[in-house]
Amino acid sequence: MQLFPCPFCGPRDETEFHYGGDAGNVRPDGADVPIDRWANYLYLRGNPKGAAREIWVHMTCGEFFVMERDTLSHKVLSSAELGGEHTI
Amino acid sequence: MTRRYSALSLFKEGLAGQTGWKQAWRSPEPKSSYDAIVIGGGGHGLATAYYLAKNHNITRVAVLEKGWIGGGNTGRNTTVVRSNYYYPESVELYGLAHRLYEGLSKDLNYNVMLSQRGMVNLCHSTAEMEIGARTVNAMQINGIDAELFSPEDVRRVAPIYNFSPDARFPVFGGIWQGRAGTARHDAVAWGYARAASRLGVDIIQNCEITDFIVEGGRCRGIQTTRGAIRADRIGMAVAGHSSVLAAKAGFRLPINSYALQACVSEPVKPVLDTVVLSPGTGVYVSQSDKGEIVIGGGLDRIPSYAQRGNLPTLETVIAGLLEMFPIFGQLKLMRQWAGIVDVVPDSSPIIGESPLPNLFLNCGWGTGGFKAIPAGGTLLANLLATGKHNDISRPFDLNRFASGRLIDEAAGSGIAH
Repeated sequence: MQLFPCPFCGPRDETEFHYGGDAGNVRPDGADVPIDRWANYLYLRGNPKGAAREIWVHMTCGEFFVMERDTLSHKVLSSAELGGEHTI
Repeated sequence: MTRRYSALSLFKEGLAGQTGWKQAWRSPEPKSSYDAIVIGGGGHGLATAYYLAKNHNITRVAVLEKGWIGGGNTGRNTTVVRSNYYYPESVELYGLAHRLYEGLSKDLNYNVMLSQRGMVNLCHSTAEMEIGARTVNAMQINGIDAELFSPEDVRRVAPIYNFSPDARFPVFGGIWQGRAGTARHDAVAWGYARAASRLGVDIIQNCEITDFIVEGGRCRGIQTTRGAIRADRIGMAVAGHSSVLAAKAGFRLPINSYALQACVSEPVKPVLDTVVLSPGTGVYVSQSDKGEIVIGGGLDRIPSYAQRGNLPTLETVIAGLLEMFPIFGQLKLMRQWAGIVDVVPDSSPIIGESPLPNLFLNCGWGTGGFKAIPAGGTLLANLLATGKHNDISRPFDLNRFASGRLIDEAAGSGIAH
């Protein structure tokens, strides 16, 4: 069992967390967003091998946060509260 | 000199002390250019090369593999072959693969050990039975064999299932596909490799792609750890690593990579002669010809490129297995492993030209690529040879994510992720 650090609750079992997608994937705004921009937001992913910046939710406390993680070694690099730049 | 495998060649080699067997495929040095390059020496890549040579008479073809052929997901799956899908587009695709599998040993002159022992997807409630009936009806309308099983039918094909009154996942019936079964996964890779090599295809192992050669906005070749290789038609069939290559080519894909685990037990005497899947536990089980119980389950919960898998998911799978088959409580697990699968939002593959012209995609098979190998190869070969879709591959083009015309098998046939 791997421990993930919740910025609010500290280290907890990985099974308490749920993956929420790429960090920084901002929802397009406005009425005339082109189709490709929507497809980009809804479906296309970086899916990096190595360092990744991701949104996670700690299901126990219900808080969303940003975790930086290595997708090959599974090492957690950092974990922080959501800044103002993200829209969930 | 034994080129064609047969009972007679086996007999002759027996008399000759097994000294005449030749290497099954050549290992040539890469040439500087080809008519077509296939990236990825798994089942899909090798099948693509074979069908390029066989169906389209294009034999100046290289298959480039960064490790050894069949060493990725082709050697890590649970070997199930089936076509019990819901939407007509999927039925055309997986039905093609299933039909080709049925003739594959003869076509390749290589025994892929296809064993059509049938598969039952269980239904654990009256509501699931209604959905089961809907699935069976859809399959029959689309021309695929399917039968709605009663609890007695399930008991007949899988008597060791947990039918006790206090079972956590009781059986209300099931969806039966009699033509489903298993095939020897390594043999599929090796059979395609041997057949392709005999038609002139160069299979080059230990050759990793480092970059794409782009000229005039089109892909004209690739840089590899064994030098530059040029071609005007390039196909990639690299499953969980598709996004990594896409990043080198300058585009993104609707893919998340996850580890999918499987495990096998020690070999035991025959107890299970079919494939059983429980949607309640997400676990499916079969017994290999050697006697090992082959166990598969759902995806790991964490996006990953680590080919090993996480313990909590393995624990869930084994707990589910024991709910289904308490008889397996004393079994010892022999091996556990994981492959990196390319999961797409609608659980259907991506087949078509990529945003970089001349580069064609065969990816997004997620947890179910093995059963589709002959179709994935046929369709990518057709794209590489003609530059155009046919009616089977067209619905699976990458543009469905912009048009919104998804083929949602996650909902349609209840794929467990």
